[in-house]
Amino acid sequence: MPSILLKAPLSRLLKSYTPMSTPERLLRYVDALAEAVALEMDRDPSVFVMGLDVDDHKAIQGSTRGLLQRFGADRVFTTPLSEDAMTGVAIGAAMAGMRPIHVHIRMDFLMLGMNQLVNMAAKSHYMYGGAVKVPLVVRCMIGKSWGQGAQHSQGLHAMFMHVPGLKVVAPSNAHDAKGCLIAAIRDDNPVIFMEHRLLYGLEAYVPEQPYTVELGKARVVQTGTDLTIVGISNMLVECLRAQELLKEQGIHAEVIDPITLSPLDSETVVQSVARTGRLLVVDNGWTMCGASAEILARVAEARATRGAIVQRMGFAPTTCPTSPTLEQLFYPNPATIASAAHAMVRPDAAAWEPSPELARLAYQVQFRGPF
Amino acid sequence: MAADPRNTASPEHEHAGHGLSSSQLAALYRKLRLIRRVEEETARIYPSDKIKSPVHLAIGQEASSAAVCDVLKPEDVASGTYRSHAVYLAKGGNVAAMMAEMYGKVTGCCRGKGGSMHIISPEANVLGSSAVVGTNIPIATGQGLMLKREGKGRVCAVFFGDGATEEGCFYESLNFAMLHRLPVLFVCENNGYAIHEPLSKRWSSEDICARVAAFGMPVVQIPDGDVFAMREAAAQAVERMRRGEGPTFIECKLYRWREHVGPAEDFDQGYRPRSEAEAWMANDQVARVGNMLPAAERAGIDAEVEAVIADAVDFAESSAFPPAEELYANVYA
Repeated sequence: MPSILLKAPLSRLLKSYTPMSTPERLLRYVDALAEAVALEMDRDPSVFVMGLDVDDHKAIQGSTRGLLQRFGADRVFTTPLSEDAMTGVAIGAAMAGMRPIHVHIRMDFLMLGMNQLVNMAAKSHYMYGGAVKVPLVVRCMIGKSWGQGAQHSQGLHAMFMHVPGLKVVAPSNAHDAKGCLIAAIRDDNPVIFMEHRLLYGLEAYVPEQPYTVELGKARVVQTGTDLTIVGISNMLVECLRAQELLKEQGIHAEVIDPITLSPLDSETVVQSVARTGRLLVVDNGWTMCGASAEILARVAEARATRGAIVQRMGFAPTTCPTSPTLEQLFYPNPATIASAAHAMVRPDAAAWEPSPELARLAYQVQFRGPF
Repeated sequence: MAADPRNTASPEHEHAGHGLSSSQLAALYRKLRLIRRVEEETARIYPSDKIKSPVHLAIGQEASSAAVCDVLKPEDVASGTYRSHAVYLAKGGNVAAMMAEMYGKVTGCCRGKGGSMHIISPEANVLGSSAVVGTNIPIATGQGLMLKREGKGRVCAVFFGDGATEEGCFYESLNFAMLHRLPVLFVCENNGYAIHEPLSKRWSSEDICARVAAFGMPVVQIPDGDVFAMREAAAQAVERMRRGEGPTFIECKLYRWREHVGPAEDFDQGYRPRSEAEAWMANDQVARVGNMLPAAERAGIDAEVEAVIADAVDFAESSAFPPAEELYANVYA
């Protein structure tokens, strides 16, 4: 029986790319977020947290836990349900020299503040000739499972990637969540910070003191020779599981986490594909005009990767359905990713699917309603 | 019912029936009882994991939906939020189709694609419901535009919570509806909380009626959850709307007995004490209206409701999940 990742903590794998020079402990993604904000609020009095529910007993699934008690209601406060105006308020405060963190319990609600984000936050520094800065962090959670459905499950990062002036970050593990959030808070630009709900409970080794993970730099999470797989947000985790499954077939995948989607570090991907000759991009979003399309385009444009075999996967081109049988088909999963990768590496071999038992998504058993 | 925000309904009329005939009283009770029991049954089933859809229950605040929909005709329209089982049922939506939807079955009212937060009944003129707070308000106002142009005296009632009144599109819709004298009944179900955040942390002034009245719109406040006062206010507003006299705003103060999302009580979570709920529980409108009926009649309605629910659960459990090809159906019309 092969040792499969589903039975081992994912943190074992994540540890392999965690800096080892500082004291570390296993920390959940959700707790890493709260720790990052607490450290920065301690360091810089201009940092504050606003957003509906950030100060209630559930504390955005725990990601803002303890902040109200420690920093008080002047710096950690709820808002009315008025995303458009509140986004503008956050932008105004940022222009005035503060460092707001505006939190949304679902990414879908960002659509209500889109005008402010696209027309004000992204543009102001440029159109005022550098006279103002907008050091704003917009935290937003992507939902999934338990029939979250059409309006609570969307990965909308491609919409923000399209707009110059916005940074878009989607860390896949607790280590990067903490480091990227600190980097985002210190960044002088508006940063859309995407968190997938299913990542919240996953642990990784996280240093205790403040540190930054550079925005705009991808990471090779797993080295391999046969093909390059890029996974975005929680799809990185699925790609790691797929990479374990592929080993059974003697296929060694290199797995890359872009971490930051805008600015996008395509060079790391290009260098990998130049060696492997194949690229599979797996997105937690739709493929049409999506992040995967952008990554593929950049690889296709690069001289070093001319002729590479490329493929993308993402949401089915539909709205997210609630029925569990359809929801299962809507998302890429380790089995479908591994099958696609296998077909790319061995186009002449018979189609292969990993055994359902090995491919079973362990977290779906753990993740329950009523969310 | 002029533009006086303090035009609250009188609580003094406690004579049985409140001007309703015995058959009207029975019909109102049937609505209330059906909503209560469907949601209690949903809460009972939920921990079994058969319902894989986040449920936002209206247990304790059934009165507004039941009262308002009671004075609507089948051809009138109702629009709800993500907490809309009550509106759907009160307007006459099919119980089995809603239950099957929560089970994710292909026989559900959205073919398993919507879940609890997105239910619709074209047959009963239920407009559908949205998870993004306040988004249904301009949609219902647009429905009102059609109804006015149609000129048949049909009206649209749109339900939303106190949280939705903080969204800009609420005020923008009020202005437009009043400007065009649209037949839209704006029903604010004010339960005092948006998720777990109380009004005091969200509203600079609790006088929502005064804010709405500034648009020139008639406003009524029902401060005590009284189902008869809500029904009377809605009846008057609907009559005015049918005459082409434009929209009305009704604020119904209510109380949510269960958690924001999920089947359980949450008085142990610290954000609201059980003592706050107890007065509302003692003022339960389902029990109150039921007690006004002769015991035999009430028992008959209760039994009928139980049978409908049992059939609905059987239907949901025995229905099939959608086939795989259904994933791609309905992307484009």
